Amino acid sequence: MASLLDHTARGETVGYSFSQSAAAPVKQHGFYPYTDNGGSTLGITGSDFAILAGDTRSTSGYNINSRMVPKVFKIGGDDETGEGAHIILSVVGFAADGNALKERLDSVVKMYKYQHGKPMSVSACAQRLSTILYQKRFFPYYVTAILAGLDEEGKGALYSYDPVGSYEREQCRAAGAAASLIMPFLDNQVNFKNQYIPGSGEGHALEAKKAEPLPQDHVKQLVRDAFTSAVERHIEVGDNLQMMIATKDGIQEVYHPLKKD
Amino acid sequence: MNHFPEAWGRPRDDVYGAYNPSYLQTTGPKAHTSSPAVTGTSVIGVKFNGGVALATDNLASYGSLARFSDVKRLRVFGDKAVVGFGGDVSDMQYIDRLLASIDIRENYSNHGNMLNAKNLHTYLAKVFYKRRSEFNPLWNHVLVAGYDGEGKPFLSSADLLGTTFSAPHLATGFGAHLAVPILRRLFPDEKPIEEVTQEHAVDALKQCLKVLFYRDARSLDKYSIAVITKDGIDLKENEQIEGQSWAFAERIKGYGAQTN
Repeated sequence: MASLLDHTARGETVGYSFSQSAAAPVKQHGFYPYTDNGGSTLGITGSDFAILAGDTRSTSGYNINSRMVPKVFKIGGDDETGEGAHIILSVVGFAADGNALKERLDSVVKMYKYQHGKPMSVSACAQRLSTILYQKRFFPYYVTAILAGLDEEGKGALYSYDPVGSYEREQCRAAGAAASLIMPFLDNQVNFKNQYIPGSGEGHALEAKKAEPLPQDHVKQLVRDAFTSAVERHIEVGDNLQMMIATKDGIQEVYHPLKKD
Repeated sequence: MNHFPEAWGRPRDDVYGAYNPSYLQTTGPKAHTSSPAVTGTSVIGVKFNGGVALATDNLASYGSLARFSDVKRLRVFGDKAVVGFGGDVSDMQYIDRLLASIDIRENYSNHGNMLNAKNLHTYLAKVFYKRRSEFNPLWNHVLVAGYDGEGKPFLSSADLLGTTFSAPHLATGFGAHLAVPILRRLFPDEKPIEEVTQEHAVDALKQCLKVLFYRDARSLDKYSIAVITKDGIDLKENEQIEGQSWAFAERIKGYGAQTN
């Protein structure tokens, strides 16, 4: 009698898959939400201006998506063209994040003007940009941003960022694919690193050449030289050079051709 | 028949082996699309003087299986915009429904102006970017063709990550490797689109489709082509690639079964 009621004994001998026994392995996401669109950007300040520049090539892998995708934007302008803006932003890295970031900062600067009746200062905008980036600390905007304009004293101001919002004010900064090629050139030519005054002493007593703000034409030539050199050695940089110059008269935008190979 | 009602109709483990319970899992992470299933291959587009031309073939593949050979992948929106879809076909059909609802809403609105191709591209790029940010991507790469707000020819691309770019000629998928070099040679940067005629553009697209059919294993010789001009959209959905010559195949040597 006991054997007739012993359901489990018989069930186990034949075996049916009633319950979920062994835990299934956890599935991994096969979707990577980032890509690198290449390109490089660069910013330099002077006593009464700031320049932001970037190449206009967009890449994915070894493909060139387009030869004309600007990376430098006017922020907080009055219309679609950016007319009336006094702040400029460059973004390099993942272009879709770059666009989203640009549009967020643009609307923030516009709202500030509507609500306070005065344009946002560059230092305030710089802090806000850091906050926007840090808000996405655990799913970052995969971009290196540079923000530029004129400070309250009318001097050139430039702020550089990492993807999660660390930032500092600098005289010059290169970012993106060819940053490692351009930045040492800038250290030497803008901040006069490893340059000494001839005949000022022997050995360690040599006096270092002190950095001072450079004139605008000289800086523009440095930017062009930096990019023509980067194009020679980096495949993701090329096509056109876009430059934006912020002065007290507003923002001027110029394009120069670069090698297209 | 045995005395366990819950076992009736179930496969016996001693006959069929234990059922793999991972298929019945209700816990764990929610599974979103992590790879496309039924896919369309390249989309190619060229701007010309006064308009844009866009083309795709009519194939939807299931992996390497040519599954559906009559799938139209060009979608007309309004009366002067066309979207060409590459990538997942079910996601294409979802976006098609999205666009249909926008089309209805805009047509019933009283402001009277329809979304142009540039507006449509911005919208699609934002949909793609939002979905990738939710880790639930729409697995497509699209080209949008038509006119911008100033009435100039417009051609732009958007993909599953929300990446966007624009150029006088564009191609997705395999076409980015095979069609773009042909188009860049035919219409170099120095030659403005005002010097490209409609006939040249359409001929170039046909040439590209032929090269793609020769070399892209997931392509078909039946294709759709849309020509957008100020007069409207000329959409042909049952075209056949003409003038094929497989003579080149005889000269291919050095790999595969035959090695000399």
